[in-house]
Amino acid sequence: MAESVTKEQLLEMYRMMCLIRRVEELAAKAYTQRKIIGFCHLYIGMEAVAVGTSSALRPEDVVVAAYREHGQILARGVDPELVFGELFGKRTGTTQGVGGSMHMASREHNFWGGYGIVGGHIPLAAGAAFAAKYKGDDSIALVYFGDGAAQQGVFYEALEMAQLWKLPCIFLCENNFYAMGTSLERQSYLTDMSRRGDGVGMTRWQFEGFDAVEVHNNIAKAAEHCRSGKGPVIVEAVTYRYRGHSMSDPAKYRKDGELEEKKKRDGIDLAIDRLKSEHGVSDAELEAIKADVDVQAQAAYDAALAAPDADPSKLYDFTYATEAQ
Amino acid sequence: MAQLQLREALRRAMQEEMRRDERVFLMGEEVAYYDGAYKVSQGMLAEFGEKRIIDTPIAENGFTGIAIGAAMAGLRPIVEVMTWNFALVAYDQIINSAAKIVQMTAGQYQVPMVIRGANGAAEGLGSQHSQALESIFAHFPGLKVISTATPKDAYGLLKSAIRDPSPVIFMESELAYGTKGEVPDEEYLIPIGKADLKRDGTDVTLVSWNKQVYNCLSAADQLAKEGISAQVLDLRTIRPLDEQALFDCINKTHRMVVVQEGFPFAGVASEVVSRVQEACFDALDAPILRITNRDLNQPYAPELEKMVLPSIDRIVAAAHTVCGR
Repeated sequence: MAESVTKEQLLEMYRMMCLIRRVEELAAKAYTQRKIIGFCHLYIGMEAVAVGTSSALRPEDVVVAAYREHGQILARGVDPELVFGELFGKRTGTTQGVGGSMHMASREHNFWGGYGIVGGHIPLAAGAAFAAKYKGDDSIALVYFGDGAAQQGVFYEALEMAQLWKLPCIFLCENNFYAMGTSLERQSYLTDMSRRGDGVGMTRWQFEGFDAVEVHNNIAKAAEHCRSGKGPVIVEAVTYRYRGHSMSDPAKYRKDGELEEKKKRDGIDLAIDRLKSEHGVSDAELEAIKADVDVQAQAAYDAALAAPDADPSKLYDFTYATEAQ
Repeated sequence: MAQLQLREALRRAMQEEMRRDERVFLMGEEVAYYDGAYKVSQGMLAEFGEKRIIDTPIAENGFTGIAIGAAMAGLRPIVEVMTWNFALVAYDQIINSAAKIVQMTAGQYQVPMVIRGANGAAEGLGSQHSQALESIFAHFPGLKVISTATPKDAYGLLKSAIRDPSPVIFMESELAYGTKGEVPDEEYLIPIGKADLKRDGTDVTLVSWNKQVYNCLSAADQLAKEGISAQVLDLRTIRPLDEQALFDCINKTHRMVVVQEGFPFAGVASEVVSRVQEACFDALDAPILRITNRDLNQPYAPELEKMVLPSIDRIVAAAHTVCGR
């Protein structure tokens, strides 16, 4: 596949992957200290997917995510201080402490959230694509979902209508090999999840999701397909999560050595290899970026922690829309 | 003033709103080429075309989810679910998406849409096609619920529902679609959340909504012949509930019967009784009685079906009881 990522872009992708990982590591620690409660699903190991995806989309495109969305909303450009703010239940959070880990959204970034019913968010993206087509603009929609969500009926329904109506929607399956604790081959007869598109005649393919450049190129191709009026695509990024399903899951169901084997294709390491071998970037430069990210993440963490708690006076403000947007 | 059938009044409301606002469209099973399963949308395809009158596959959860997404993206969908029994397939999208998106996004996104269709028993439709389901939608904050079967109210309330920025559940009646009533020729809107005193009286208040209002009016006629003055309060909107109208009624008549089609357990009638006795206990001269479906699934045979549903005789008998006759 033709190279489409410049050195500057790849440096930014590397920086964002480091930021996501550092934010998630800090979140994990904060969770053990009860600074974060509820469910908390970490994105560590999957950073290349969100980073390569976001870099291939336009700001006006709509992105819909499930509940493992910290990394996805960061990759979309949302300030980590807002992400930490939400995790800490602060009024400065992405959704003012109302949403929590699973419900982060940013209208400014066309990031629709943040949904906790497996697969339930998928038709919303088809709806965004429906609206784009109805209005005649050339934006598209992209929805992230996992290999577990690819078993839900509403997923197939969304695929069918998106294809029938030629909606500009990218269905991006992040196959991380586990639907909660149930491994792919134990929960799915077909393990190439992109083949879900075959039943509705949708263009589909599978690609490796560890290399952010490969992800970028594949999503750029998918976006071009959608934007040119050819209808939706379903693509599958084969990836892996390093942590358990959520913070309460020690992931004892993995095979011995599986995690170590997967880490050989770590997204951050692959970006480092590319930056050094293809763009002549030095170790010192890479380390400086990493150090800078660590400082940024810690500053965001500290600022979010110091921010005022969620605002009780707004408790009743968000049940109904008061004025039309 | 024109005499319109309920279906004609609903159609007129949709047509006027679609002429007024390009963002409004109608989606559902058989709404376009079939002219609507109950002919509510008859002729609308010819006027508005396939872009805005959209036949869907039989996939309620999927197309409801797509409509929710379209609403989040700024369109104003009307979803016809044929009958509310089928909307149970879309319950996840209605409850976990439509009702919660304003809250989960802390007001960044809203879902201005109407989901409408026939509610309650018709004749001989059996167990799965005869349910009156107001209570299981009114249960959820984030939804508004309208249930009406008179042409004038249906017209004015559907127009308000289409313009409302929140998701509105709009329940009609298969048996009443052909029922005629006066509808003013000029445009008017009825505010959501306002009950209507359909008949004035002094001895007892019969509270109801949708087609049971017709039974209450017949019961009131019968009671009048016996010297009992019954008034009939049509709630029209279930959520938000017009508490003040209920309180005014009990303070006037001191006796009340709530007539609800549908199962008794945790029904809307129970909610009405609970709120009235909590707020107006001293005004009560008798316990408030509920007339509902028997606590049974709907049988097919006409003689059995009649035994299950509320009837004029049962309403009259309850009025006798609360009036001490």
